[in-house]
Amino acid sequence: MTTLETSEADGQIFTGNVQLVHAVGMHARPAVKLTKLAKKFQAQIFVRVTGAAEWINAKSVAKIMAMRAAHGSMIEIKASGSDAEAAVVALVDLVATDFPDRAS
Amino acid sequence: MNDTVGIVIVSHSKDIAKGTADMVRQMVGNEVKVAFCGGNPDGGLGTDVPLIIDAINSAWSSKGVAILVDLGGAETNSEMAVEMLEAERRDLVVVCNAPIVEGAVMAATEAAGGSSLAQVKAVAEELSGG
Repeated sequence: MTTLETSEADGQIFTGNVQLVHAVGMHARPAVKLTKLAKKFQAQIFVRVTGAAEWINAKSVAKIMAMRAAHGSMIEIKASGSDAEAAVVALVDLVATDFPDRAS
Repeated sequence: MNDTVGIVIVSHSKDIAKGTADMVRQMVGNEVKVAFCGGNPDGGLGTDVPLIIDAINSAWSSKGVAILVDLGGAETNSEMAVEMLEAERRDLVVVCNAPIVEGAVMAATEAAGGSSLAQVKAVAEELSGG
């Protein structure tokens, strides 16, 4: 189900790039954290390892785990929707700060 | 705070059930209610309908409860436990066709975002869909 707002502001796509510094890459625990954070936003959010053919839905924990992004790889994030900019900022921060434990 | 779908883990082994629940709490957090049961009343391997009902009650949420099971009897006993619930709660409990550990983590991750029971079940079952 895809419902993109038609207003200009909402149609804008925000992007970000961040290096995966986690020692073992995008394994289970980081994937859970990334997915949980992505779900807090209304925006549609996609990620991929830079250069990969396919964009992956950041809100799908199974697909994020399956992307098997390795330590040191660059992750691209793109989002569209009302809070897309905040979503990209938050997700870039999560990856850049190595998925810290936060009180949820 | 919005209610989230509860998770129940039913294994033949109490250790597996508890370990899976621990993993969910550590990986996903405490905002999702997780209950578990495993073993028969004599302390051996098996599953027990009254214990499953207790676990469902303890993980109960207005959004429903998703049950993750391991082998054979865990599934049939879980289905029996669901049938023994009051009619109005029965439709709010589902048994997921998913591997117990992976399914529990994924289901809880989905539940933490406030998703519906149907969405939680679908995400848990993504793993068995290939």
